[in-house]
Amino acid sequence: MDHDSPPDITPLNPAYVTTTRIASALGYLPFLIGAGALEIAQLLPPGSFFVPVFLLYLFMAFVVPKRKYRHWGYDMGSDRLRIVRGYMFFRDTVVPFGRIQHIDVEQGPIDRRYDLATLTVHTAGNHNSTVTLPGLLHADALAMREAIRSAIRQDQI
Amino acid sequence: MTDEAVPDALATPVEPQGDEGERLHVLGLFVGFVTGLPQLIFPIFAAFFGTRGSDNPLISIAAVSAILLFSLFFRWLSWMRFRYHIGEHDIRIESGIVSRNARSIPFERIQDVSIEQKPLARLFALGEVKFETGGGDGDDAKLSFVSVEEANRLRELVKAHKSGQASVSHAEPLVPDADAPPIFAMDSNRVFVFGLYSFSLVIFAVLGGLAQQFDFLLPFEIWDFRHWIGVAEERGVTVENLNGIGWTAQIILALVALGGLIFIGFATGIIRTVLREYGFRLERTAKGFRRRRGLLTLTDAVMPAHRVQAAVVQTGPIRKRRGWHSLKFVSLAQDSKEETNFVAAPFATLAEIWPIAHAAMIVAPDAQTQFHRGVIRNWTIQILLILPVILGAIVAVTLWADTTILRAMSLLLILVFFVPYLWLDWRKYGYALDGDQIYVKRGWWQEKLTIAPQVKVQTVEIYQGPIARRQGLASVNFGISGGSLEMIALPLETAQAIRDAVMEQVAAVDYAVVAGEARLSTNV
Repeated sequence: MDHDSPPDITPLNPAYVTTTRIASALGYLPFLIGAGALEIAQLLPPGSFFVPVFLLYLFMAFVVPKRKYRHWGYDMGSDRLRIVRGYMFFRDTVVPFGRIQHIDVEQGPIDRRYDLATLTVHTAGNHNSTVTLPGLLHADALAMREAIRSAIRQDQI
Repeated sequence: MTDEAVPDALATPVEPQGDEGERLHVLGLFVGFVTGLPQLIFPIFAAFFGTRGSDNPLISIAAVSAILLFSLFFRWLSWMRFRYHIGEHDIRIESGIVSRNARSIPFERIQDVSIEQKPLARLFALGEVKFETGGGDGDDAKLSFVSVEEANRLRELVKAHKSGQASVSHAEPLVPDADAPPIFAMDSNRVFVFGLYSFSLVIFAVLGGLAQQFDFLLPFEIWDFRHWIGVAEERGVTVENLNGIGWTAQIILALVALGGLIFIGFATGIIRTVLREYGFRLERTAKGFRRRRGLLTLTDAVMPAHRVQAAVVQTGPIRKRRGWHSLKFVSLAQDSKEETNFVAAPFATLAEIWPIAHAAMIVAPDAQTQFHRGVIRNWTIQILLILPVILGAIVAVTLWADTTILRAMSLLLILVFFVPYLWLDWRKYGYALDGDQIYVKRGWWQEKLTIAPQVKVQTVEIYQGPIARRQGLASVNFGISGGSLEMIALPLETAQAIRDAVMEQVAAVDYAVVAGEARLSTNV
């Protein structure tokens, strides 16, 4: 099933799949360890708990990131940034540059290995006051930041 | 001023990397550590009591100092990794020990620079500089701490950068506030009537809550009913006694109790309302709206007109019959603890309300404003969703609770309430869009009409949940400072069309212009 996103949507960097996989594999590890501990304690019939948890773990850590990646996308317009995400819970957000208050470019330890970064724009709104776009090449994120910033300045002049 | 390194930032985006930019003052580390000590109280106590059992008191001391050193170490790390850089067009702040965050705040967006000096910081001639941008949440940008000279230099720098475009706001003549004729006021009669409509039994909740909080102070167990029956019996009243007084007497007693309850309800409403709203007076001054009210504690609040983001007109099921409505202005500023929006007129007719809204440049929906209903599928599907739940409950009750099927079927009565509720909810909901404003009305009990000028919209989001997606429906969320506005149950194409229409209005205007817009018009 392919996503019916409009053709003008730019996908994220493919490395985002890898970084999300690593992050979720690490993040969900405690559940796996917990299930393993239960398995060793032999309170339940062998495998009855560990196997489903293990399958779920594989699904969350390897299948979901790929899906997430497929449904993320953005479109950098001349005066607005559009961010599309989610399949089950689909969100299509537009932030006009003229409303952006400040801009963050964030790089976590995993991101740095793959030269990725997350761009966050802050607006004065209550709903959606911070809009996040992960999985960008660090250089792209910086370029986008510069573009937004100069757009803000040009509006002024 | 500081560096003119890059004349054209567009051509070569400079990224302050590594050790470019400036560090915070090193003494700030110590000040932050000392002021942060209260946060460490729990870990310190835990360490202290955790090691108390051991014979050697040195272990306790070692544990506590380990915590202190640990905290200091992390403060030092984040200090090491914190850099700020005053660029040509923006302030950049780089922070984060493991995750690196680079924030850019364009000078145009900085509304205010505040320097705060707490006593300890003052001792070291340090200050905390906050850049406020009017962003949604409070975490704009903070430099804690820099030396006072540096703080003043930064403030001057921002001022100088802004002076080109911000001069308009300073040019505004500061007319001393003479008592302008109010655009809305409530006399004592109006306040009293308002009090009648504010019937409230909240006093019982308050008393109950107080009793629960402080029951250890009372010499008896307040929740022990047997004790109370005992007390009654001591005075010669027994349950048999009560049962024996006869049917009519019981009804009379019940009526008296009910009457007392109603009286207390009205009295609370009137007292609370009079205390809060007495002498209500709203003026339109040069700066904005000035509101004074209160009997014992007089409050005097000013709301700059340009900060009004949306208007909310609300009414209740009973007060609506007499045409009473309330008007609130949505903004980032909080009115008081219980009222997040600025109450411009708590109890007024629509004929009084629209001129006030107009003073904030929000126009009433006129005859041309077409309110659209939501797609009814969005509501009918909810019946289909609740049916399996009810059926499941019926099966469960007959299987495990040993009731007859007929009795279990009475669960279907839920639908008797649910369906009319859904119908009302659908009937009372409506949205409209014209050239300048967005209108949404909602609420089957408390009817609420929200009107927002489109230029005040910060973000627009189209949302589809799993069910709505199947039906081709979507909702549109408008991000507004201090509030939210949501249109639901729209066909996806309509949602997209609305989004595009609003965006055309919004993207053309810059935030700073929106914030300054009304400032100019007040002089007109």
